[in-house]
Amino acid sequence: MRMETVSLNNVKVSESPEGLEGAGFFATSLEKAVGLARKNSIWPLPFATSCCGIEFMATMGSHYDLARFGAERLSFSPRQADLLMVMGTIAKKMGPILRQVYEQMAEPRWVLSVGACASSGGIFDTYSVLQGIDRIIPVDVYVPGCPPRPEQIIDGILNIQKLVETESLRRRDSKEYKDMLNKYGIE
Amino acid sequence: MEEVIAEEKIVTVLREKFADEIISVESPYKFLTVTLKADKIIEIIKFLYDQEKYQYLTTLCGIHYPDQKSIVVMYQLHKLTENKRIRLKIALSEENPVVPTLTTVFPAANWMERETYDFYGVIFEGHPNLIRILNVEEMTIFPMRKEYPLEDQSREDKNNQMFGR
Repeated sequence: MRMETVSLNNVKVSESPEGLEGAGFFATSLEKAVGLARKNSIWPLPFATSCCGIEFMATMGSHYDLARFGAERLSFSPRQADLLMVMGTIAKKMGPILRQVYEQMAEPRWVLSVGACASSGGIFDTYSVLQGIDRIIPVDVYVPGCPPRPEQIIDGILNIQKLVETESLRRRDSKEYKDMLNKYGIE
Repeated sequence: MEEVIAEEKIVTVLREKFADEIISVESPYKFLTVTLKADKIIEIIKFLYDQEKYQYLTTLCGIHYPDQKSIVVMYQLHKLTENKRIRLKIALSEENPVVPTLTTVFPAANWMERETYDFYGVIFEGHPNLIRILNVEEMTIFPMRKEYPLEDQSREDKNNQMFGR
């Protein structure tokens, strides 16, 4: 195995967005600058109820290290979180609590559904388990797997980053967005 | 051998005191099991508690026998001084499973009876707080009764095309 020396030369800086560049200035749209900043500083709120939560712990650990994507600052308060990561089986009795957590998050907010249980109920095809969290809250990205490997969770985060980066600043004020929330009975 | 004699002793005592109440005595997997009529169950458990020192309630639960159309309530008692156990069973009707509460003898029966109510719909008369304990409050069924198909055949949210079944 070849040892790589860690130096500043190996650090990958995110690419600057499209814009107008000249001597001593750089101009781009506000949307792109905000998107770039948001994308690389996501504060996730882990909502871990079972084994997918264990995979998440590995994802946060030094080997997989989600900090590489600017998401190492976990927010255990929904008020300050950007991304709700639902990992594990959500029983019907847990449903209202998950929904309340989602409602407490400030806009803009994203939801990552990790694992078969959160996405569809998984193997728990039974009376007591919610058959997918998208029955009570909107979901942005689904990560399949039972449980998914940390690589898959990171892939999900990267997909969330794509959404965060390219989202229009006006989207959350749009009628479509409000209608979508209303479909879930929120607001 | 000693154990068998000791178990017989408690059965003899029960036969003396409550001869009319005993339906059958068995020992499946060497666990003394006495099937009783439902009427005097609390009185019998109180007697076992006071006179025979069966003072630990290991568990209490429901069992549904759809063929007999009955819901059985099973009590397991433990005599800690001699490490002896006994199981008591009473059969209730499916339509109207009502039995007096055991919380008057064992306060620990409170949650166990709530669970039995939650899953089997057994009404424990005199229970201080007989509400669902594990399932959502809005639930209208008693899910552990063997009267539902394993899967709702009409559901469309999980079809074979998507779930490979």
